[in-house]
Amino acid sequence: MLNSKDLLGIKELSAGEINLILDTAAGFKSVIGRDIKKVPTLRGKTAVNLFFEPSTRTRTSFELAAKRLSTDVINFSVPTSSVVKGESLIDTALTVQALGADFIIIRHSSSGVPYLLSKKLKASIINAGDGTNEHPTQALLDAFTIKEKKGRVDGLTIALVGDIVHSRVAKSDIYCLVKLGASVRLIGPPTLIPKEIKAAGVEIYHDMENGLTDVDVLIMLRIQMERQGKGFFPSTDEYAKNWGLTLKRLAHADPDVVVMHPGPMNRGIEIVSEIADGPQSVILEQVTNGIAVRMAVMYLLAGVK
Amino acid sequence: MLKELMDKKDIDRAITRIAHEILERNKGVQHLCLVGIQRGGVFLAERLALKIKDIEKKTIPVGSLDIAFYRDDLNIRKDQPLVRTTEVPCEINELKIILVDDVLFTGRSIRAAMDALMDLGRPSTIQLAVLIDRGHRELPIKADYVGKNIPTSLQENIEVKFEADGTAYKVILEKADR
Repeated sequence: MLNSKDLLGIKELSAGEINLILDTAAGFKSVIGRDIKKVPTLRGKTAVNLFFEPSTRTRTSFELAAKRLSTDVINFSVPTSSVVKGESLIDTALTVQALGADFIIIRHSSSGVPYLLSKKLKASIINAGDGTNEHPTQALLDAFTIKEKKGRVDGLTIALVGDIVHSRVAKSDIYCLVKLGASVRLIGPPTLIPKEIKAAGVEIYHDMENGLTDVDVLIMLRIQMERQGKGFFPSTDEYAKNWGLTLKRLAHADPDVVVMHPGPMNRGIEIVSEIADGPQSVILEQVTNGIAVRMAVMYLLAGVK
Repeated sequence: MLKELMDKKDIDRAITRIAHEILERNKGVQHLCLVGIQRGGVFLAERLALKIKDIEKKTIPVGSLDIAFYRDDLNIRKDQPLVRTTEVPCEINELKIILVDDVLFTGRSIRAAMDALMDLGRPSTIQLAVLIDRGHRELPIKADYVGKNIPTSLQENIEVKFEADGTAYKVILEKADR
């Protein structure tokens, strides 16, 4: 059982709750692999995608997850909504709830928005990414993919490479993987790794070759182009030269290494195409697994009375 | 208050008889597939398949079915049921499916199981085998093969006990103390 009607972040979950979600997702994965990819489980429920930031894969993945559960979905896109007329966030959310939403899936550029809504609304709030805080379903699908590929998370050495400081994916991944017993390394330029993060139980490396030595799983993060020219790193070329993932660097990792990326990728900057499309890459499987994990989250949240 | 209704020997005899009945009714093992409902039904389906192999010297496929996604009580239950694996090892189109469960009660799990099966394909027939039929049906569902009919009251509870290796070793009737 989950303890809360909402999924706000991995920080609030116990290892037992995380494992329950992953085990449940395995059941849903078999559903999305068959001819009839739909179950009647959450018939009559309504989910609203409330996205205040651009997204294709997360929004589509949630939409498909809801539809596979027979839940009706409304996509609320901000540029065509009353938000441009100045409606406040809470009013927008209350309106959505009054329309009969059981799940509100929210993405917002400010950290903490899902938390705020969870206090005001009866509907289940699912965080689909808030500011630089968390992106819990991404971490869950990453853990699911690792478990599927490696059979476990516990005891693995897992490295996250790139922009940790601005990445909500990185934060959720760190909480999740540490709770599941992995030893987690962060690799990247000092400007992009906050020192305080050490308290989360991770090791910090600034040198790619050292950091990659013997890792079992490698999670590459997107270099956010909008951060360029703000003094975090000199240029994307320079970044690629020092922290981009190349075949030569990957050779330092365990021979059975699995390479992941939450997308969208900047090919040739944080990862070369030979690896992104290569045998170690599970990037597309992450996308498929995302649907199963989001189905599991909605199924379990629906059971919290 | 506990009462033992069947012991290991009784259960084994019932399974042997059901195996013979299945073979008689279907004229052998051709196109047969056993599908157990998680969890008790899965153990019994495996046991039935072994019996059938003893008798006919032929192996028939055995699958497991989880019905959590198809239940009709998700809105009124206290907890969401745990999701277990569904693994049917073959295309079920045109097969004769023997659905196996430990206790037949309201018939609602069987309704859910039939819906789950239909989403996997179009079997030529679905037959139902249960170890215990305790009555109190709420849907028009009837078992084709029954190990033992046990009339019960709604206050009672029937449980089939399994060992770690999946062998059913006793059936108990529990009277609610109230």
